[in-house]
Amino acid sequence: MELLLALTVGILYAAGLYLLLRRSLVKVIVGLALLTNGANLLIFTAAGLVRGRPPLVEAGENVPQAPFADPVPQALILTAIVIGFGLQAFAMALAYRVYRESGSEDVDSLRTTEDPSISLPKVEAAE
Amino acid sequence: MTLAVFALCGFAMALAAPFLPIWRFRPGGWLAAGVPAASFVYFLTLVPRIGDDEVVTASWNWIPTLDVAFALRVDGLALLMALLVSGMGALVVLYSGAYLQGKPGLGRFMAYLFGFMGSMLGLVLAADLITLFVFWELTSITSFLLISFETEKPEARKAATQALLVTGGGGLALLGGFALIGIEAGTYDIAEITAGGGGLAESSRYLPILVLVLAGAFTKSAQFPFHFWLPGAMAAPTPVSAYLHSATMVKAGVYLLARLHPALGDTTEWTVALTAFGSVTMVLGAFIAVHQTDLKLILAYSTVAALGLLVLLLGIGTDLAVKGAMVFLLAHALYKGTLFLAAGSIDHGTGTRELGKLGGLARAMPITAAALAVGAVSLAGFGPVLAFIGKEALIEAVLHFGQAGEAAVIGAVVTGGTLFAVAAGMLGRLLIGAVRAPHHPHESPWEMLAGPVLLSVLSVVFALAPALISGGLVAPAAAAVAGEQVKVKLALWHGVNTALLLSLLSLAIAAAVLWNAPRLRPVTARIADAAGPLRPGELYYTSLLNLNRVARQQTRLLQHGYLRLYLAITLATAVALTVAAIAVRGGVELDNSYGDIAFYEVIIAGVIIAGAGLAIRASDRLTAVVALGAVGFGVALVYAFFGAPDLALTQFLVETLTVLLFVLVFYRLPRLANVSPVPTRVRDAALSLAAGALMTVLVLASITQTSDHTLTAYFAETSKPVAFGRNVVNVILVDFRSLDTLGEIIVLAVAALGVVAMLKLRREDSP
Repeated sequence: MELLLALTVGILYAAGLYLLLRRSLVKVIVGLALLTNGANLLIFTAAGLVRGRPPLVEAGENVPQAPFADPVPQALILTAIVIGFGLQAFAMALAYRVYRESGSEDVDSLRTTEDPSISLPKVEAAE
Repeated sequence: MTLAVFALCGFAMALAAPFLPIWRFRPGGWLAAGVPAASFVYFLTLVPRIGDDEVVTASWNWIPTLDVAFALRVDGLALLMALLVSGMGALVVLYSGAYLQGKPGLGRFMAYLFGFMGSMLGLVLAADLITLFVFWELTSITSFLLISFETEKPEARKAATQALLVTGGGGLALLGGFALIGIEAGTYDIAEITAGGGGLAESSRYLPILVLVLAGAFTKSAQFPFHFWLPGAMAAPTPVSAYLHSATMVKAGVYLLARLHPALGDTTEWTVALTAFGSVTMVLGAFIAVHQTDLKLILAYSTVAALGLLVLLLGIGTDLAVKGAMVFLLAHALYKGTLFLAAGSIDHGTGTRELGKLGGLARAMPITAAALAVGAVSLAGFGPVLAFIGKEALIEAVLHFGQAGEAAVIGAVVTGGTLFAVAAGMLGRLLIGAVRAPHHPHESPWEMLAGPVLLSVLSVVFALAPALISGGLVAPAAAAVAGEQVKVKLALWHGVNTALLLSLLSLAIAAAVLWNAPRLRPVTARIADAAGPLRPGELYYTSLLNLNRVARQQTRLLQHGYLRLYLAITLATAVALTVAAIAVRGGVELDNSYGDIAFYEVIIAGVIIAGAGLAIRASDRLTAVVALGAVGFGVALVYAFFGAPDLALTQFLVETLTVLLFVLVFYRLPRLANVSPVPTRVRDAALSLAAGALMTVLVLASITQTSDHTLTAYFAETSKPVAFGRNVVNVILVDFRSLDTLGEIIVLAVAALGVVAMLKLRREDSP
């Protein structure tokens, strides 16, 4: 299963990064979501997989019965999921606001905090 | 303590000067001149003590951990320089008060001038290399401020920048050299370094040290090929030129070479470098001076020649040469100060400095003319003036200089002859004939005459009675430079000897130059034109222009403002570096012992992968949201199957909220369009796939590594007995790492506030 999950992580990363490189702000946000999931899954997989044995202490026992899944990466990922959600929500609100204010969701047109009529040198004339 | 007060009082004046109300009144300058005059008197009182081989020191701990001290020390050399700086300072302040009388910004000017004086005194009195360096840089900065004093003139700004870049660049090299000296000698204390002189010259770092120190000294003292900034610096008001660019700052480089001579000198490298650069500078300066018509430029180039001569003498480094250098140092300060101040007086009295527009000043401005005459006689190096003794000592030293002596002799004779021609030409045109000037010339006020008169009188007095200076001033200074006692006996008349005959030969050269001047000028002009683009001054400008161009281009290339290109470059760099690191380490270790795969797990992974693929291709907003949901819930299932129920629960919750949020917001955003052309998309796809593949490999590689389980064991063992919780993950979050969780809650709260603000707040002017 590690092999399959490693492949999944790679695909999530590739898809997320590809979308981050788009000009559409909405796609960038979708990419961010994919990347968040990819990163969490990366930590989860890299720490080692243990099937069906959560780190719980049975009633009457003092320590969890080995083997059990590593609780440390789980604690990290739990934090990451929540923070990732916060980031996601903020980014979406920001995108919404930018679109409302500037009428554009093209990242290339959002290169300056100044008046957009002041143009910067064009890098890719074709785009 | 007294030493520090008198050495650094300039800085106090610099801070106070802009706020003093005295500058509007004529005696303001007199009062201000009292400060350097007091320093001068104090240094005079030290003369007998230094003559008795005493040293006066003052020292404070500065950076004890680095063995750096703020330390001042007066020996013969320092005293000679300190007397020059404070004495000239007093005369120049007095002079400036009248020269710039009524001009706006006189207070600012005085602040710069006093700041410079304090820096220069600090420089020559510093007993610690780092202290010396700080003052060295301060002289560069104050000099920049003084040259650009008339900020409204573009040429003044340009010349100031040029002087700052050249001397500042040299300063950087010097700092490197000082650091190397500190490492090699184990101390920054100059006295220790020069006393244990043998160590540095034999060390393996000697050559880099020498090159760096020479770079600093040569830029400061305008040696070829850095000589061009000095004539440019003539954009400064004339008293500044007199003070900085003849008597003091440009001597800082010479001073540094003299100071470090016992530690670095008397090696082949030292001798070759100093004599070669010194000679070239000397001859070049004299030759360019011949063609100038602006009085200040003539003096500037003759200063370049004089500085070359001093460097040449220090390069020869024999007792005779060192003695000559000290005499000439003093003589040059006296006569060049005279000449510059007289030139300023002429400019002030007639309104021009152009030789061609002036004449007959002997009648119109007799006192200035007399001082100018003494100065010119000194420049020529003939007559009862101190410069004559200096020049004879130079020729004597060169005659006794073993290697390549002939070349140096020729250089010295030619330079002497050319400078004689310069002086004669200048005097002849300025003083003789009918009175000619743009407007009616008038003699300058006494404040402006005091300097030239006093300096020229001293020039003559010291020549006629050299005993006044030989024992008390020159001998201790020469001893400090030579590192041993030097017998100094100066006399104006040595009888007929080789040196005198060579002086007469240079006289013949001068006559020939003067006689043939009309015929020579076109020839030299053609040479100058041909060498035009290769002249160091031109090279400086072209390199500066090119530097700006490169900076502009690379800014346009790197700081283009396209966020996604920044991201692409960052990504490509990260991938390339990681792959390179893996390649260097001989690849990653992968084994085949990865766990087995259950059928339902294949389905989950398939859902995630399909979701990701769909998210990329979606052109419809709803499809994108569904695809994201598939990915999120798939990942939650993975957590659920592999022993992480808490993660699965959280992920389900968050995923549900995210989908809701997306639906809410996405409907207010435009459709997903493919705006990038195909090549760009292919490029991005290739980059992303490479990064993704790398991540897969890294995950697989990291699984094979054994990780540290200390923390896991600790949390597992203490969760129940210590924290009374049976869910280890929960216990970690709310108990062991509860502060982190609090931080996380705060982050979420702030994000929530931001979201509300961005969704709800409206601009006041929007409907």
